[in-house]
Amino acid sequence: MTKTITDVICPFCGTLCDDIEVTVSDDGKKILEVFNACAIGNEKFHHAMAKDRPVRPRMQQADGTYKEVSYDEAVEYTAQMLANAKKPLMYGWSSTNCEAQSIGHEIAEAVGAVVDNTAAVCHGTTLIAVQDVGIPSCTLGEIKNRADRILFWGCNPAHAHPRHMSRYSIFPRGFFTGKGSQSRKLIVVDPRHSDTSKLADVYYQVEQGRDYELLQAFRTALKGEWLPDVVAGIPKERIYEGAELMKSGRFGIIFFGMGVTQTLGKNHNIDAAISLTKDLNEYTKFSIMPMRGHYNVTGSGEVLAWQFGFPYSVDLSRGYARYNPGDTSSIDLLIRGEVDSVFTIASDPGAHFPISAVKRIASLPSVAVDPHITPTTEVSKLHVPVAFVGIEVGGNAYRMDNVPIDTRKVVDPPEGVLTDEQFLERVLIRVKELKGVKA
Amino acid sequence: MNTVTLTPKKQSDLYLEVNNITPDMFAGKSTEQIAALPVYVGNTEHPLGEFFTVTGAAGASAAETRIVIKGDSSRLKYIGMKMTAGEIEVEGSADQYVGGWMAGGKIHVQGNVQAFAGVGMRGGELLVDGNAGDYLGAAYRGDWRGMQGGKIYIKGNAGSDLGYFMNGGTIVVDGDVDVFVGTHAEGGTIIIKGNAKSKVGGQMVQGEIYVFGTIDVMLPGYIYRQELEKEVEGMKGKFALFEGDTAERHPKRKGQLQYAKLYLKQ
Repeated sequence: MTKTITDVICPFCGTLCDDIEVTVSDDGKKILEVFNACAIGNEKFHHAMAKDRPVRPRMQQADGTYKEVSYDEAVEYTAQMLANAKKPLMYGWSSTNCEAQSIGHEIAEAVGAVVDNTAAVCHGTTLIAVQDVGIPSCTLGEIKNRADRILFWGCNPAHAHPRHMSRYSIFPRGFFTGKGSQSRKLIVVDPRHSDTSKLADVYYQVEQGRDYELLQAFRTALKGEWLPDVVAGIPKERIYEGAELMKSGRFGIIFFGMGVTQTLGKNHNIDAAISLTKDLNEYTKFSIMPMRGHYNVTGSGEVLAWQFGFPYSVDLSRGYARYNPGDTSSIDLLIRGEVDSVFTIASDPGAHFPISAVKRIASLPSVAVDPHITPTTEVSKLHVPVAFVGIEVGGNAYRMDNVPIDTRKVVDPPEGVLTDEQFLERVLIRVKELKGVKA
Repeated sequence: MNTVTLTPKKQSDLYLEVNNITPDMFAGKSTEQIAALPVYVGNTEHPLGEFFTVTGAAGASAAETRIVIKGDSSRLKYIGMKMTAGEIEVEGSADQYVGGWMAGGKIHVQGNVQAFAGVGMRGGELLVDGNAGDYLGAAYRGDWRGMQGGKIYIKGNAGSDLGYFMNGGTIVVDGDVDVFVGTHAEGGTIIIKGNAKSKVGGQMVQGEIYVFGTIDVMLPGYIYRQELEKEVEGMKGKFALFEGDTAERHPKRKGQLQYAKLYLKQ
């Protein structure tokens, strides 16, 4: 007999779908089928069942091969590396639960490390803009039930957050949006056509790197001021029309992604987008929300912020928290040669950082904690495989709208495999011994 | 004025945080006391004397103290941070935060400076013979008060985000600048003798920007007003005056909206 577990939380993207159903074998060890999840989420659940999955820590040898070591040895290596470093970098945190993040931060404080999460290459610029001009936001539930003007700016949820549109933003029939997609106007701004832009009622093909100009032009248009004939490749008539369309809604929302946070303008683009949202609130209700990627990158920001006051790139090396992306952010630290050891958890900088930063990781004492084999684990000196959060162990995660949701365990991890929390707990105890900090 | 000379005797493996190298910290101290001041490498603390030979003598007050840093300073962060008086001469290039939050005195860097030079500067003078990095005379993260006063003079080029949230003071760049100039500024003067790329004066409320060269892409919120004669930094010329950023809020004075002014040399 198989059993079906309902209301499972999908640990893939920031949409954090909470309606997944998973059929597991009688002994509770195997995932047989996954229902309701998107293709990516489905794959993530099944990947936990992979036969070639590493189940013991692996230490890189001089010839580049890997030797299996015990968790005790892995704990010792990690603790020694962190305790002896002058400025260790502890990066990642976005695909693990808040409980593990909290323990990790305790280690960082004990050893004087820099703690950074994947926002550094993702929505970190959003956080900078939020600090500069604030953010009028809402929950995804409000969007489902109320929003009739949906703007996707520099993001492509059709591929990156596949169920976002059907659960919250375009298709669902909410309390005040009874006709589903027919009760909404969809505006897409993107330099290239995407599967999201195909659904758009109004599509603006903005010139690459001119998002800031277009956002500011919308603000200018809202104020009824003069505009040049063409801004960012868009004729001014269309900009005035777009401003009217946004104003005419009852409840609007701007969703934005990497297309504006990591292209020319970065935090200024978001700054302008938030200011546009603020301006629109003179006429109607408008909100803005970042399309967060990793399922718990929002949680990492939350935990860092309540523990140290800053959401990412927190430098604890002098014993107090300092925060200044550009100086304390991972890529800058690595490229400039400011750190002397790298601890990576629940993320894959090896696949996403510039090659010069990855080379730096490879040349330093380094530990990667990740259930998968990734480019990061392959350049790190030690790879510690752990259980999948949200599949083999529960724990808290934050959705992209800052709503905390407890993920669920559906199967047991392979025998003897530690969870992130268990591994970090053991490293913390050893680090405290080495540093002479009272437990 | 008395001079203290710092000659490097060993390179640190990581960057050195030298926020104690200021005339304010050195004033009234003997060379031994100066050599005992702490500098920081990551989470470790070391005496300044471990990395530098200290010679000369400090003055009785900061205003009477001049510091000369010999050799390469490109791995020194926070030179002259929060200094209020006196002088610092850097013979090489310096790293980030040179003259950060400085309130008075003078810093002269013969080489280049990296990002965040003169962040939150309130007064004094910062002169750089080479190039400057990003966030020159800007606000520190999350702060809405950038440069408040004083003067920054860059003989080379400057990076992006120059004068971010600037409120007062003057920045002069002889060369070119990267994107975002004077974003969110509410005052102060920025003079660029070379070319600017784009996003000049975005969300700017008040203040003045002079560009002697070209701007690749103008922001939509700037309106041409008139052409006028001006004398700027000893150079006379015809300038086209643009006012903006019309997307942003602006205060009223005597019933008139007060805009930021962008002068483009003709």
